[in-house]
Amino acid sequence: MTRSSSPAVERSWRSRLWDFCDERLGLAELLELSRHKMVPQHAHSFWYYLGGISLFFFAIQVLTGMLLLVYFQPGPSAYESVRRITYDIDFGWLIRSAHSWSANLMVLALLAHMFSVALMKAYRKPREFGWWTGLGLLGLTMTFGFSGYLLPMDELAFFATKVGLEIPASVPLVGPLLAGLIRGGPNVDANTIQRFFTLHVVVLPVLFVLGLTLHLYLVQRHGNAVPPGEEAKPDSTRRYIKFFPDFFVKDLAMWLIALNLLGLLVCLFPWQLGTQADPAAAAPDGVHPEWYFMAPFQLLKVLGSWLPGAVGELAGMLIFAVGGIVWGILPLIDRSSDHPRAARFGTWFTWGTIAFVAGLTAWGYLAL
Amino acid sequence: MSDAHDERGERASAAEPPASVTRRTVVGATVGLFGAGYTGAIGYPIYCYLNTPVARAEEAAKVTQVSPAGGRQLPPGAGMGFMFGTRPAVLIHHPDGTWSAFDAICTHLGCTVKYEPDKDRIFCACHLGTYNARTGEPTSGPPPRALTQYHVEVKDDEVIVSRS
Repeated sequence: MTRSSSPAVERSWRSRLWDFCDERLGLAELLELSRHKMVPQHAHSFWYYLGGISLFFFAIQVLTGMLLLVYFQPGPSAYESVRRITYDIDFGWLIRSAHSWSANLMVLALLAHMFSVALMKAYRKPREFGWWTGLGLLGLTMTFGFSGYLLPMDELAFFATKVGLEIPASVPLVGPLLAGLIRGGPNVDANTIQRFFTLHVVVLPVLFVLGLTLHLYLVQRHGNAVPPGEEAKPDSTRRYIKFFPDFFVKDLAMWLIALNLLGLLVCLFPWQLGTQADPAAAAPDGVHPEWYFMAPFQLLKVLGSWLPGAVGELAGMLIFAVGGIVWGILPLIDRSSDHPRAARFGTWFTWGTIAFVAGLTAWGYLAL
Repeated sequence: MSDAHDERGERASAAEPPASVTRRTVVGATVGLFGAGYTGAIGYPIYCYLNTPVARAEEAAKVTQVSPAGGRQLPPGAGMGFMFGTRPAVLIHHPDGTWSAFDAICTHLGCTVKYEPDKDRIFCACHLGTYNARTGEPTSGPPPRALTQYHVEVKDDEVIVSRS
């Protein structure tokens, strides 16, 4: 691409355009940089694609989210506007369904990304901040999910939000105050929608893009981590592929697969809209949150039946808080393969967390 | 990627006589075809989605006659605005008892015009254009063309405005 033509030959408009941009943007430098960027190739290389797949679903969220904004109305007319999008506007069902499905797939990809990163011990020095920004992005994504789930204001959305907000409400001392501020009143109503909408389309996207920028900068700066087993091998036996174009093309192929999967899910299982939320109506049978909130939901349910009242709730929150803190400081505990005990703890804690979360989720669905 | 392909392509063309259809052309065409397919499969629904209100308005604009609410009660020497499908229109009851109706979108730059009974003319406030209140022909100011005139049929209890 940096082919220089001989003076005798008339330079093509493409090469002149390239030169024009290159002199001003430094494209050749970037290209040179990307040519030197290498990606390790080994038995677990597949897991490197999950961050990119999450990013792809995020891009879908941005696009479909902007399209939904064209017709969505927050506040008292939220339900009617979503009904109109889903059943009246041409292909509205497709856009909304893509937004909902892609949100779920994004959470799934992020969880797989996080657990694979943990098992490959990619949180170790110097990648601690990558781990922390990643956890922050996961938290933001879950908040995206929670706030977005309310916006259609159907029955399920209403109760999921009502129940979800009982968790901050049970925090000692400041809980009720906090829940009131989040809800914008004692009940989940048009005020809550307006707040969640602001959070969903302004606050969270700004924070997410900042976090994502830092996360990607760190990935670029430190490159891909290799799992300890691979690291132990002599340098001569380790294989690499070029990031550009080799890995990049594979990334694109993964995105195409993700797009096709999304298209299939969207068309075969289009997202429906329940009946409009009625604040005076009783909760429908089997009401439950989205699958990614099922684990804490089930834990609270189980502890609530073992321990009386608020004690159960506090115990559940304590378990998640302590687990979450250990999960967050894992890079400080398991710092290198030179400390086998800490390394073993990291591995077992990761598998334990996966088993705990997956088990509670499965239990939650079986108990419906 | 293109450089790697370039090298291969150059080597191939050096060794063999130039074929009319190369592997590269076929790959390029296939990728292009799939790309166009995906672009269409994504772009068309988005276009329809965004265009829905336009399409619905076009359907609504297909009306051929309207009975403006309260039209029959309009006193002589007065005018009123009403919607003819999706377009604003003006109904005029002249002092001599005759009726006229026009499309109310100024032919100059699209403002909505009004009937001025005291001057018996149609007036556009945006750029001071005026029209004849019986024919719709422009009489002064910038309007380039006449307002579209509708047919008015006066019945006992209603006024029916239709495309003439």
